[in-house]
Amino acid sequence: MANTLNRTHPLLMERFKSSRGLQIAFAVCVLLLPLLLQCFGNAWVRIADFALLYVLLALGLNIVVGYAGLLDLGYIAFFAVGAYTYALLSSPQLSYAFPWIVEIFPNGLHTPFYIAVPLSALLAGLFGLLLGAPTLRLRGDYLAIVTLGFGEIIRVFLNNLDRPVNITNGPKGIGDIDSLTVFGAPLSRRLDLGFTEIPSVTLYYYLFIVLVTFSIVICNRLEHSRIGRAWMAIREDEVAAKSVGIHTRNLKLTAFGIGAIFGGISGAMFASFQSFVSPESFSLMESVMVVAMVVVGGIGYLPGVVIGALLLSALPEVLRFVAGPLQELTGGRLDAAILRQLLIAVAMISVMLLRPSGLWPSPDQDHGDSKGSKDPNNNRSKDHG
Amino acid sequence: MDDPTLALCVRGVSKSFGGLQALKDIDLDIASGSIHGLIGPNGAGKTTFFNIITGLYSADSGNFKLQGKSYSPAQAHEVARAGVARTFQNIRLFKEMTALENVMVGRHLKTHSGVWAAILNTPSFKQEEYSTKLQAHALLEYVGIESLAKLKAKTLSYGDQRRLEIARALATDPCLLALDEPAAGMNGAEKKELKVLIEKIRRDNKTVLLIEHDVQLVMGLCDQLTVLDYGTKIAEGSAEQVQKNPLVIQAYLGTNGVGPN
Repeated sequence: MANTLNRTHPLLMERFKSSRGLQIAFAVCVLLLPLLLQCFGNAWVRIADFALLYVLLALGLNIVVGYAGLLDLGYIAFFAVGAYTYALLSSPQLSYAFPWIVEIFPNGLHTPFYIAVPLSALLAGLFGLLLGAPTLRLRGDYLAIVTLGFGEIIRVFLNNLDRPVNITNGPKGIGDIDSLTVFGAPLSRRLDLGFTEIPSVTLYYYLFIVLVTFSIVICNRLEHSRIGRAWMAIREDEVAAKSVGIHTRNLKLTAFGIGAIFGGISGAMFASFQSFVSPESFSLMESVMVVAMVVVGGIGYLPGVVIGALLLSALPEVLRFVAGPLQELTGGRLDAAILRQLLIAVAMISVMLLRPSGLWPSPDQDHGDSKGSKDPNNNRSKDHG
Repeated sequence: MDDPTLALCVRGVSKSFGGLQALKDIDLDIASGSIHGLIGPNGAGKTTFFNIITGLYSADSGNFKLQGKSYSPAQAHEVARAGVARTFQNIRLFKEMTALENVMVGRHLKTHSGVWAAILNTPSFKQEEYSTKLQAHALLEYVGIESLAKLKAKTLSYGDQRRLEIARALATDPCLLALDEPAAGMNGAEKKELKVLIEKIRRDNKTVLLIEHDVQLVMGLCDQLTVLDYGTKIAEGSAEQVQKNPLVIQAYLGTNGVGPN
């Protein structure tokens, strides 16, 4: 059965790529989804928002783990760096800690998003390079352990940087974070269109959809570029990659840096969306979850990664509604939270058993000719026309 | 020593692993456009020498020149930049990538697009991708596996994987192509095809260094042979000269002196 599925999937992707109608239908569905979910309550749209944030994270981690083959178990640290950078730049927290900031910004520190988000990305990227540099010689399990430690260090720092100077406010976290303001309209308020109102969560949904779309385009372009191929070569065989002249150190660092930038941007989004961050959100379990999304979906293959992230982030929430009735069936002896974990575990184990290379792995044969590799006329007309 | 007609010129290469002297003061000259064979019994130091000139091991001492320019094989990726491309005894392809992508990776050094060019999909990036693709297709055709371009490397047959590895090495535009036991594990028909391919590579003015166990292949193919035994060079010359050398006969072909053919 697994074999037939493997054969249908590339065809499915091909049909999707070649049919404009299917693409438009898909886009319309994606755009209408929150409006439909809204009818069942904003909580459902929130679930979709978080699912999209996880897609963003998984896409970033896929560059490090999927393309370059560097198992990073501390990826959530970059998410944390991004979230805290944004939080500090757009909340009263720094003004409490440093009175001179109040003197410069009497109205409080409200960094506009077009400065705060790039700064979050940049700082996360720097941390990516910082982590990458000492781990370059490590591979596989060793790399995983070191990155895991790095992720925990960041969290412990955030937890304890409330003394001697209160920067992160410790375990209490940072609140009152500004929401994003796009074209003068804060996304935290509902948008009045005259005939209807769009709630904040739905506005964020559209913002995240735009980000995810951009990220997929960027990842796809990187995958089919000189840099992407070099990453994959390192993943497949580092010695052979060196033998054709690939500078493995620089390229690994590039992968770490770009992956971390993705994490930083999603962190900034997370902070503005939640308007609150605390170290709790960046536990080891989150890192493991993001790795699981990439692996369960189909490592190194974009459709697989997106599906994996959507499923694994939405599944626990949806299971909330299943676990409740199940708990009643057992007369309340089973805790709903535990039951939920159990069901997720069952789902993941079944994926491992039935589809060991992921739900939607990359096809064995490259069917795609959309790049016009064999048709010079097609390609030329694009370049010069 | 500065002769630019020599593709590779090494002097005084030594290497020891702990107490074992794997290579003792080896000199080797490879003329441009020739096929040079490096043979010797098991454990003679062939692969050690090979790994040194391709930067996988570092030599304890030695001088290295490539087409008259000195290079230091300290880092494998620098060796490729200097112009030595290699294949591996146990095939090392990028298994999850297509045959075409494998060869395109080989063009890494000769292309320059960076991250930004790829993300912004600039015209020069598209142009470079396009020409890289054409070159890769041409190389696959050159080694005779053009029809398999879109298959993942791991799905190719053993002989085709060897060819793909050669195509990937050729993609770096090397001045010296170093083949580590390319005929290992091949049947008679495949060996004949391989021989045709290597001769074709020489006709196109490439220099080939060949390590091989298959005596018949080496004798029929190589212009010059170097014979190693216990880490020292015991003979050098054409196939006929080497076959008659008593040291070689003793060390390699057996004390009774029964050569091939």
